[in-house]
Amino acid sequence: MVRKEMNRRQFVKITGTAAAVATTGVEGILAARRAPAYAQGTKLHIVRWVDFIPEADVELRRQAPEASKALGAEVTFEFINANDLQPRITAAIQSGSGADIIQMLWNWPQLYANSLVDVSDVAEPIGKAQGGYYEVFESSARVANRWLAVPHAVIGNAVAYRRSWFNEIGVKEFPKTWEDYREVGKKLKAKGKPIGQALGHSFGDPPTFAYPFLWDFGGAEVDTTGKKVAINSKGTIESVKFLQAFWKEACDEGGLAWDDTNNNRAFHAGEISATLNGASIYIVAKRQKDKIKDDKGEPLFQDIEHAALMPKGPAGQFALYGGQQHSIMKYSKNQKLAKDFLKWLHQDANYGKWFEVNEGYSVGATKKWEDNPMWAKVDKPLQVFRQAARLTRAFGHPGPASAKATEAYTKYVIVDMYAKAVQGTKAEDAVKWAETELKKIYEG
Amino acid sequence: MKNPIAGGAGRAAPVEVALPHSRASQRRTLTGLLENERFLALVLLTPTVLILGMFIAYPFGMGVWFALSSISVGNPGHFVGLKNFVKAWNDSIFRIAFWNTSVYTFWATIFKLVLGMWLALLLNRHFRGKRIVRASMLLPFIVPTVLSTFAWRWMFDPTFSVLNWTLYKTGFIVTKLPFLSNGDWALWCAIVVNTWRGMPFFAITLLAGLQTINTDLHEAASLDGANGWKRFWYVTWPLLKPVTVVVVVFSIIQTFSDFQLIYVLTGGGPANSTHLLATYAYQIGVAAGLLGEGAAISLCMLPVLFVVVWIQLRYLRRLEGA
Repeated sequence: MVRKEMNRRQFVKITGTAAAVATTGVEGILAARRAPAYAQGTKLHIVRWVDFIPEADVELRRQAPEASKALGAEVTFEFINANDLQPRITAAIQSGSGADIIQMLWNWPQLYANSLVDVSDVAEPIGKAQGGYYEVFESSARVANRWLAVPHAVIGNAVAYRRSWFNEIGVKEFPKTWEDYREVGKKLKAKGKPIGQALGHSFGDPPTFAYPFLWDFGGAEVDTTGKKVAINSKGTIESVKFLQAFWKEACDEGGLAWDDTNNNRAFHAGEISATLNGASIYIVAKRQKDKIKDDKGEPLFQDIEHAALMPKGPAGQFALYGGQQHSIMKYSKNQKLAKDFLKWLHQDANYGKWFEVNEGYSVGATKKWEDNPMWAKVDKPLQVFRQAARLTRAFGHPGPASAKATEAYTKYVIVDMYAKAVQGTKAEDAVKWAETELKKIYEG
Repeated sequence: MKNPIAGGAGRAAPVEVALPHSRASQRRTLTGLLENERFLALVLLTPTVLILGMFIAYPFGMGVWFALSSISVGNPGHFVGLKNFVKAWNDSIFRIAFWNTSVYTFWATIFKLVLGMWLALLLNRHFRGKRIVRASMLLPFIVPTVLSTFAWRWMFDPTFSVLNWTLYKTGFIVTKLPFLSNGDWALWCAIVVNTWRGMPFFAITLLAGLQTINTDLHEAASLDGANGWKRFWYVTWPLLKPVTVVVVVFSIIQTFSDFQLIYVLTGGGPANSTHLLATYAYQIGVAAGLLGEGAAISLCMLPVLFVVVWIQLRYLRRLEGA
């Protein structure tokens, strides 16, 4: 075996590069145009959900070799069902092994705080350079003044509805209040085109509907301190009573058994006239315009309109959008590499490509992305997502989005309060049940 | 010229003999040890005990410890005594899950037994294509549960159910049946799927039992004028009882601790109306991260199963004694 001698110049060059990488991180790597000296065969494993926009996962897979080359380590993505993310995180933390980086939805970093690496040194510079993070991330990714996750994106929601069907019953614009929406829904259901809403045990659509609906009527799970359960209020009972009637008169009652994909399929099949969803209904209908058509045989996406928010209730108009972030696990042996990867991922050139593929389904975690040229190119129904992330509240509102709030969400307490009521439980009893469950979580 | 053969009979060279002699002596010692029944039992049982210890006793011990502690994801917790069990007992969802688990196990086992017995009796007859029918009957049991449950979920889909479509098109219904969107319906749907999946296990086991029954007994009963029902009740059933008890014990254990089917079919919804103890324990322990509480819920299955199995095995011993 030939052993290559190293001369003084080569030594200085290589050690200089290593020093640059050590002190400047990913910027150093790029400046030095050389991969850092991670041990040969080092692998970085990232677990994310299977995106509702398949092209977004394709883009990340495409970027993986580029990241590997830039970082000098093998970067691999694994995409799993979103409902399996929490079990996966639990198993990884308890066994002390698994992926180096895991995608965190909602305010999960609060729940797993003890097992996550402080990534303030990554998150803060990104936020600073990109116009600041949206407010929701302060409560979802920041625990005790430490960033335990790097905010990645927000998934906005809007009510997707069939313009022509609304027009057929004389409705030219989306109803402004819940009462108006109920009247519209009644007429649509009478024509066999009900409103569709998931109210089962699934991570996305049921809570994004149930929480803002509760807030719209002045209800809340806790008070502003986040310590006292406040669910048993006039506003909550009103909201439950309203939903009982709304469900029967205007909705597809099968929604009780829906998961997060059912309303997409039902909408594309022309079974429902409106539903609260991300942009995926529109985007998939457009990308598969030859397959997804309306009753006249025309591409369905042309008949889809988006209302930015659900209608207004007596207490206002609220939204709950899904904040998404990446956390580095404490057990990871590649924490430095993981941080370098997250810096790489959030560079404009890399993040921008992923952002554009999403066409508004996932929007940026920082305000800078509101000004991206992509917004000038996307269709009008998708424009509503541009500033959507500014509006969202978090679990536990008006209190802090604490780990207790996450626990209440994970147990589907608010969703099930409504699900019980629409199945026939008296409104007061459903609220009382939720109060008992919430007290066990918050005050137990 | 005759070559002397070293180590030949009667001419053993000291050096050449020394090593084989030692090996032979060791072999004799080992054989002697293995002749000892206690030592042999120890040798044979050790691997099994180690495997059981590692994969059954250790996780079980950990489960018990978890149930008695406040452990949650990422937090080791501390000893809290029976607090988790008390909390579970005062939890309305736990009570629903406990009730559901009992109803689910009771009816699914009854249906599997009756239909499995019926199928076994049919398959015990001679007809053309018997082998193909027997083999295909096992399909629900062979197909992975998650896969077959997904197929059932599509059949029960609130919007696209092929069952609803068929019933509607044939004029039997005017509105969709709420297979999975009504709590009561959803639990019965789960019982149907469990019966469909578990029935072949009953059928094939009972069929094996049926084939051990001497046909002379049936012929003698026929000659004495016994009809089909009487032959079954007085000849077949008493002889099948031991096999039936065993298969019912297995089924109760599997059904009571069922997880996959509900997880895929309903996720415990709507409004917790289909949660079983296993799915609820999973939701609390794994999804919500409260490992101690989840373990306590899970451990609540143990005394129930223990009592049921103990009664049945006692009954089996009495049958064998008789």
